[in-house]
Amino acid sequence: MNALVLSAVLGVVMMFSGIVLKSKMAVRNLAIAGLVILLLVNILEMCGTVFFTIDAHGMLSFDSFGLLFNSIAFLSTLIYLFLSARDMEKVGVNYAEYFALIFFILCGITLTSSFKSLLILFLGIEIISIPLYILTGSDKRNLKSNEASLKYFLLGAFSTGLMLMGIALIYGAKGTFDMSGINSVNNGAPSTLLVAGMILLLFSMSFKASVVPFHFWTPDVYDGAPTVFTSFMATIVKAAVFIAFIRLFDEAFGELRSQWQLLVAVLTAATLFIGNITAVFQQSVKRMLAYSSIAQAGFMMLSLYAMNADAKEGLLLYTAAYSLATIGIFAVLIKMKDYTFDGFNGFARSQPLLAATTTIFLLSLAGIPLTAGFLSKFYMLKAALGTGKYLWLVIFAVLMAAVSVYYYFRVIQAMYFKEGETPAMEIRPAFKWALVILAALVILLGIFPNLIITWYYF
Amino acid sequence: MIPVLLIVIPLLTGLAAFFFRSERAVRVWVLFSSLLTLGVSLSGICLLNDDKWLSFQADWLPGLNSSFSVKLDGMGQLLCLLNAIAYPLIFIATWNSNYKKPGNFFALMLLGQAGMMGVFLAMDALVFYFFWELALIPMYFLCSQWGGEKRIAVTFKFFIYTFIGSLLMLVGILIVQSKTPDHSFAITSFYNAELSYKQQDLVFWLFFAAFAVKMPIFPFHTWQPDTYEQAPTATTMVLSGVMVKMGVFGLIRWLLPVVPVAAYLRGDLVSTLAIIGMIYASLIAIKQNDLKRLVAYSSIAHIGLMCVAIFVEHKSAMQGVMIQMFNHGINIIGLWIVVEWIERQFGTRKISDLGGIAVKAPALAILLMVVALANIALPLTNAFPGEFLMFNGIYSSTFTKWYLWFTVFAGICIILAAVYMLNMIRKVFFGEPSLLTGSVAVYDIKPHEKFALGTIVVLIFWMGVYPQALLGMTNEITDFILKEANISHLLKK
Repeated sequence: MNALVLSAVLGVVMMFSGIVLKSKMAVRNLAIAGLVILLLVNILEMCGTVFFTIDAHGMLSFDSFGLLFNSIAFLSTLIYLFLSARDMEKVGVNYAEYFALIFFILCGITLTSSFKSLLILFLGIEIISIPLYILTGSDKRNLKSNEASLKYFLLGAFSTGLMLMGIALIYGAKGTFDMSGINSVNNGAPSTLLVAGMILLLFSMSFKASVVPFHFWTPDVYDGAPTVFTSFMATIVKAAVFIAFIRLFDEAFGELRSQWQLLVAVLTAATLFIGNITAVFQQSVKRMLAYSSIAQAGFMMLSLYAMNADAKEGLLLYTAAYSLATIGIFAVLIKMKDYTFDGFNGFARSQPLLAATTTIFLLSLAGIPLTAGFLSKFYMLKAALGTGKYLWLVIFAVLMAAVSVYYYFRVIQAMYFKEGETPAMEIRPAFKWALVILAALVILLGIFPNLIITWYYF
Repeated sequence: MIPVLLIVIPLLTGLAAFFFRSERAVRVWVLFSSLLTLGVSLSGICLLNDDKWLSFQADWLPGLNSSFSVKLDGMGQLLCLLNAIAYPLIFIATWNSNYKKPGNFFALMLLGQAGMMGVFLAMDALVFYFFWELALIPMYFLCSQWGGEKRIAVTFKFFIYTFIGSLLMLVGILIVQSKTPDHSFAITSFYNAELSYKQQDLVFWLFFAAFAVKMPIFPFHTWQPDTYEQAPTATTMVLSGVMVKMGVFGLIRWLLPVVPVAAYLRGDLVSTLAIIGMIYASLIAIKQNDLKRLVAYSSIAHIGLMCVAIFVEHKSAMQGVMIQMFNHGINIIGLWIVVEWIERQFGTRKISDLGGIAVKAPALAILLMVVALANIALPLTNAFPGEFLMFNGIYSSTFTKWYLWFTVFAGICIILAAVYMLNMIRKVFFGEPSLLTGSVAVYDIKPHEKFALGTIVVLIFWMGVYPQALLGMTNEITDFILKEANISHLLKK
C-alpha cells in the first residue's frame, strides 16, 4: 500500500515539477530522489512498517511475492534512471512529463503485483498501458515513433477488449471478480463460460507479454519507440506483466490447470522458437533485443507452465536478472550512433570498460554461469521438470537457449574480435560507475541468488 | 582448505593479471602464480593429505540443496596435478611468444585454469556444472582473440558444440536431482539416485552429449582439429593437455556411478563409436600435411582408447585410463612445444615444406624423439604402463562380449600411431633439408624451451619406469567408482 499511494502522488508531483523547476537537472534529481523514497517505503513495508491502511475490500493483497517484485522493479527503474535519464532530454521538450508517466506506470505495476480481483488487474494493466502509448510516441517529429505508437495503441486496445470480454464471461460463470471465488472447486466439469473467459484472459495477457503468436507488435513498437523508453518497456514493464500473469493463473485458475497447461506449453515452445530463430536474422542490435525479449518471455512462460514453488522463486529472480542485464545493454546502445552489429566493431578498443560490462550483460542473457541469467534459467528448467510432464519442452528450451548464444555472442564478437572505428563518444564517469555497479550486481546475483529469494520467505 | 586454494589462487591472480601493463611483469606474475598452484597441489598429495585438508564444504544455495563442496580425492589429485604442472610448463615454453594485450591473455589463461580445477574438485553437481561452463568462457575469448585467421568462426563452432552439450547435461543433472532421496545435488546423493532403467537411459545420453563433445568422441569431434589449428599454441596446449580430460573425467565420476545400468547397456555402442573414431582419426593423421592437425587427430585416437577402457569397467583398464589421462596431457604438451618452435622458426606447419631439421637443431630432435616414442607408448616411456593396463583390462573384461574385437581394433590403432608419428619425424627432422629449412637461419631451442621439454622427458621416463606413484594415488578411487558402477547383483536376478 505504501508504494501504491506514494507512486501515484509522485506521478502528480512530477507532472507539476516541470512548471516549478526550470532546470532539467533539478527535475531529474527530484525524480531520482522520489524513486529512492519509493524504494525505501516499499522495503519498509516488506519489513512490516505500513504507513497507509486503506480497506480495499479484499481486492488488493500485499503479499511478499508482490512486494518483492515491487522492490525489484523500483530498483531496476532507479538504475535505469541513473543510466539513461539524461538521454531522455534528447527525446523531446516535455522532460518532466516523461518522469510523471514513468511514475504512473510504476503505480500500475504495484497494482498488477498485488491484485486479488480481476477489476484491479484490468485497472493495473490499463494504467501501465496508457502511459506507454504516450511514451512510445513521444518522439513527435519521428514518423517511426508515431507509427509505433498508433500500432501499439490499436492492438493494445484490441487486447484490452479481449480482456474485458474474458472478465465478463468469468463473471457470468462465477458471479464474482474475486480470484479465490473463481478458483473455488465445484464438482463436475468447469462451465464453458469459465473456460472461454479464461482463454480470453490468457490471450490478452499473452498479448501484453508478447507471447507468440500475439507478438507481432513487439519488434515494431520496440524499434520505433525512442530507445530510452524501449529499455523501460522491454524490461520492467514486461516483467510486471509476467508477475500479473503468474498471479492470475495461480490464484484464479489453479484448479483449471489441466485445461490450460498443454496450451501454455505450446505457447511457450512457439515463443521460444519464433523469438530465438527470428533474432538470429536481425541486423540491428535494437531489433535483435526486441526479439530477444520475446525469446526471454518464452523462458519466463516456463514458470507459468510449471506453477510451483520453484517457478515463483525463479520468476522473481528471472525478472531481476533479465531487467538488469537488458537495461545495461540498452544504456550502452543509446550512446551508439549506429545500431547495427557492425556499429559495435572495435568497440572494445575505444571503450574497454563499456565493452566489458556489456559482455557481462550479454553473458547473463545467454545464461552463462556466474551471472544471474544462468541461475534464473536454471530455476525455470528445474520448475518445468518438477511438473514431471512434457520433458520435450525442457529439452526444446535448452536447445533454444543454445541458439540464443548465437545472436548474443555476435555482439561480443563485433566488440572484441572485429576491427573497426566507433565514433568518439563522451561518457561521464558517473555513467561508467553505474554500469560497473550494475555488472557487479548481475554477477553477485549469479553467485548468491538468495539475496533476492530469502525476501520471498521473509 | 587445499581444494579451495587450488581454485582461488589462479582465480585471484588471474583477475589481477588483467591490470598489468608491462609484458614482462605479467609473465613473471603468472609464472609465479602457476608455480604457487603447483606447490599447493603437490602439498595436497605429499604433505597435508588427510581429510581435514583435502575437503571443504560451505553452504551455498540451501533452497536448492546445493552446497559448495569440493574435495581432493585420488582422481582429483591426479588431474589437479596435471593441471598444475601443465601451466608452468606452458608459460615457460611459450616465454618468447608475443601477444597483443598480454595482460588479458594471461589473465584468461589463469581463469581457465581455475575453472578446470573446479571441475576436477567439485563434489556437487551444480558446482560441477558451474565450473564446467566457466572453464569454457576464457577459452572462447582466448581462441577468438589471439587465434589464427579463421579463428572467429571456428571458435564459435567449438563454443556452440560444447554449450549445447553442457545444457543437455544440465537437464540430465536436474532429472537425477529430482530422483535423489534427499533432492540434493551432492555427489553422494547422485550415486544413490533411484532412476528407472528408462530414465537412466535418458540421463545417460544427456550426460554423454556433454562429455562426448568435450573428449571428443566420433562423430562429435569435428570442432576439434579446426580449433586446435586456429587457437594460439599456448591455448591449444591447455585445450588438448588438460581440457579434454574433463570429458574423460566426467564419464568416470559423473556417468558410470550415476547411471550404471545404462552405462552397461549402452557401453558397447559407445565403445564402437570410439573405436570407429580411433581408426578414422589415425587414418586421417597418416594423410595429414599440417602438423597441428596431425597432433589433433592423434589426440582423438588416444582419447578414444580411454573411452573404450572406461566402458569395459575393469579395474586395470580404469587405472590405465587414469594414469593415461595424466601422461597423455604431458606428452601432448611436449609435442605442441615442438610444433610451436617449428612454426616460429619457419613460419609454416606444412610437413611437405619441412625437412632435415635435426641437423640444425640436434637437441630438439633428441627431445622430440623421446616425446614421440612416448606418444606411441614404447616401453620405458610413460604411456606404456597406461596403454598396457588399458589393453589388459579390455581383453580380460567380462563386461562386454566384444572385448576381443575392441582389443584387436585398438591394437591396430597403436600400429597406425607409430606410422604417423614416425613418418612425421622422418619427414620433418631427417633427410635432406628442404628449400625452406635450408635457407632459413635456425637456432636450436633456447634454454627455457630446453627446460620445459627436459622436464617433460624426465616425467616421461619417471612415469614409464616407476608408475607406482600414480597407481597408488588412484587405487582407492578406482575401486570406489567400480563398486558404485557395479551392477552384477542386478544381472543375476
